[in-house]
Amino acid sequence: MADKYSADTIITETQKRISNAFDVFDHESNKTVDVREIGTIIRSLGCFPSEADLHDIIAELEEEEPTGFVRYEKFLPTMTKILLERKFRPITEDLLLQAFEVLDQQKKGHLEPEELTKYLTQEGEPFTQEEMDEMLSAAVDPDKNVILYKDFVSMMTFDDTR
Amino acid sequence: SKKCYKLLHHFFFHRVLLKAMKAAVLIQRWYRQYAARMEVRRRYTWNIFQSMEYADLQDQIKLYNFLGYLMDNFTPSSTERNLISHIFRENEVCRDAEWERYFSYNNITVPDIYSGPRLTFPLDMDQAAHLVEAFKNKQQLHSRYVLQLLLETWKLLRVLPNINRVSTCHSKEITICGDLHGQLEDLLLIFYKNGMPSLEKPYVFNGDYVDRGKDSIEILLILFAFLLVFPGDVYLNRGNHEDHIINLRYGFTKEVLNKYKLHGKRILKLLQKIFSWLPLVTVIDQRVLIVHGGISDTTDLALIARYVSALRPPKKKTPSRTNVYADSERYDEMIICKNRRGSLTFPKPFGARESFQRRSLQDFSSTVARTLGEEFEVRRRQAEFSLSSFSKSHRILSSALSSDSEPESSEFTDTCNDEWKQILDLLWSDPMSQDGCIPNEVRGGGCYWGPDVTEGFLNRHNLQLIIRSHECKQDGYEFCHNRKVLTLFSASNYYEVGSNRGAFVRLGPDLVPYFVQYQATSMTRGLSFPQNVKRTEHTALKVLREQLFVHKSDLLSFLRLIFDLTGLICLNDWASAIERVLHLDLPWRVLHPQLVSSTTDGKLDYHGWFRDLALKKPSSEHIEQTMLETLYRHRSTLETIFRIVDTDNSGLITFEDFRQTLKLLSAYLKMEISDEVINELVISTDTNNDGSIDIDEFMEAFRLVDKSRLERGKSLLKLMQDNQING
Repeated sequence: MADKYSADTIITETQKRISNAFDVFDHESNKTVDVREIGTIIRSLGCFPSEADLHDIIAELEEEEPTGFVRYEKFLPTMTKILLERKFRPITEDLLLQAFEVLDQQKKGHLEPEELTKYLTQEGEPFTQEEMDEMLSAAVDPDKNVILYKDFVSMMTFDDTR
Repeated sequence: SKKCYKLLHHFFFHRVLLKAMKAAVLIQRWYRQYAARMEVRRRYTWNIFQSMEYADLQDQIKLYNFLGYLMDNFTPSSTERNLISHIFRENEVCRDAEWERYFSYNNITVPDIYSGPRLTFPLDMDQAAHLVEAFKNKQQLHSRYVLQLLLETWKLLRVLPNINRVSTCHSKEITICGDLHGQLEDLLLIFYKNGMPSLEKPYVFNGDYVDRGKDSIEILLILFAFLLVFPGDVYLNRGNHEDHIINLRYGFTKEVLNKYKLHGKRILKLLQKIFSWLPLVTVIDQRVLIVHGGISDTTDLALIARYVSALRPPKKKTPSRTNVYADSERYDEMIICKNRRGSLTFPKPFGARESFQRRSLQDFSSTVARTLGEEFEVRRRQAEFSLSSFSKSHRILSSALSSDSEPESSEFTDTCNDEWKQILDLLWSDPMSQDGCIPNEVRGGGCYWGPDVTEGFLNRHNLQLIIRSHECKQDGYEFCHNRKVLTLFSASNYYEVGSNRGAFVRLGPDLVPYFVQYQATSMTRGLSFPQNVKRTEHTALKVLREQLFVHKSDLLSFLRLIFDLTGLICLNDWASAIERVLHLDLPWRVLHPQLVSSTTDGKLDYHGWFRDLALKKPSSEHIEQTMLETLYRHRSTLETIFRIVDTDNSGLITFEDFRQTLKLLSAYLKMEISDEVINELVISTDTNNDGSIDIDEFMEAFRLVDKSRLERGKSLLKLMQDNQING
């Protein structure tokens, strides 16, 4: 009995969270959001999907004839499932640090802005110039003009927990 | 073995590459998540500011209702009648020539030590440019020249029509700017990027030049100077902030009085006239309409143009209407008197006290008998608020307040009211995405109009685009209604440093808009995107916490119904309580981490939470918490009433007026306030012991301590020192 109660509460809590996050982007207050904001909404709920993952989710959420909007009725069950199944788990600080270390092939302890830019705008799921610029503005040490990735990672993950 | 080596080489190389790719994907995936969360914070920060702004504007409704209540409860025998008639005192109505004498600047001498611009009239381009330069260097124009410039402006505006008509012939590109709100930096930035107004470079300015920002008067002086130099190439529209009652509340009045201690009130009076003479709309090539707020389903440009020579009922008693043309003075007044509505939020005050008593307030009292809370409920919750009932209350108020409504002039009252509504619609309306046209109860004036209304309006007037301002937009501009309506906002960093960009638009003969966006303040360039977001968020949350504190008693009484024995409540209940009490449409569950410092098992200790939301209280500790909160909540109404009562703009009101104002307000709010408490309030603010109270000092008691206030204090001090030189 107790388990069922807490399970229900969890689901309700989860759905309330989803509803709130959805509302932030529901500009017309008509329970729809622009499909281009779906990624932001999902991520704001704590998930770390890749672009490919998002692509699949959006395909699921769109109408038969795509309108450019996603309705809440469709979003809610999909998102609830994602959260309850804990899909797209967070990337830990350690893992992130390792990733930077991999890119730092010469083991300098830092990365040049050009190096990082090359990797992130050409490899994987490339950044747009805007995304790259934004990241660099936060990552590059203004005095040394390099990315001290260890500090950067600590700083960013500290912010998250605030 | 060479082959083997090659294979191994490829294998490792491949693996390294693969590893790098995986690392890149991981970093990208992680960063995008971070960026998304920053984006959400930025969004709701924006929502907070917008809600606050609109909640703020609802103070106008409060003021309006309070004034209505005063009228309602006025009786010849009530002891407050002196104050009330004081508040409703009619401004003296003089002929324009008399006004010119009042505004005379000739007896004002400029000291030799004054190093600012010395203007000679008629102005020329060099002087206008010199003025811009001077303000850039933080100089202040001497009051003598201010008055002179304003007088010339007023003379010009009196002969301009209500509708500016502009043409892009001669391949001229027209530059259009939106709200500036006293932010001189933005105007300078626009001039820097686009050049100053000239014969080759016509400009249209779409209202809201003043309030909120700290250099409103400088912006006005620059715009008026260019208007005088290039009357055929500079066009000014009136905004809803070009209104002396709004200025009392939103800072422009204070700015002028602080910068011009000696002649401030004369300057303000002249500006009051100028504002009411500003054109209402501009039309480009008969195709593009530029107006500050927007339109409604009854907007009629022909009607607005016609008011240029509309006959209006004379303000004073006349023997008969038929000989109106014979009376040349009266004729002058009417022909030249275009629709010159002084303030749109505060209808013209009463005439003499005798006429006051003749009013029948029967109909009106039912509209304002509601308490403030009920009024809010009605205005906010009612989805279907018919236009007719809205205008009915306005009509009744208008007829009750306009002087001498003789029976046969009731049609004039209707005309007055129609005029008033037309102007309100033009200056206060906002677009909405649904079809239709409903009253704009959030702002308390104008309406929300839908795409169908745009369509109908454009067709009726053979136009293709409406350019309006009035609403702050993240990127400085935004299209809606199928790109038929463009909102243009030129005050960057409006809510906070980094909150939004400003924009201006250029239109050539092809009438295709070309946008230029910008963001003033060198500070933003130094901050990274996350820092920007955090900074803006910090301000928004501070403002929000203030609101929460102010509603503490209401929140507590609501929560008392649902707390558990440990004094803990769950977050859902917390969120529900706030929604119910604050009526602010915000994502509270998303916001809670920022507003609640700690939770245990998803529950929070609400007493502890309230303790954390501390406000700096006035020095007297004896004042009751609830009373303090209530007064705080209505501080803007209180302050505006004080300033209305302070008719000579001295910054002081008598103790008696102060006492009576508080008593009236507390009666209206159904709040107990004893004489001892009022006395304590007075004592706790340093009075001069001469029976008068410094309004600013009293209102200071309600301000939160924050850095910007200290900054403002410092710059005010500097201004005061400068004033010794500038008069």
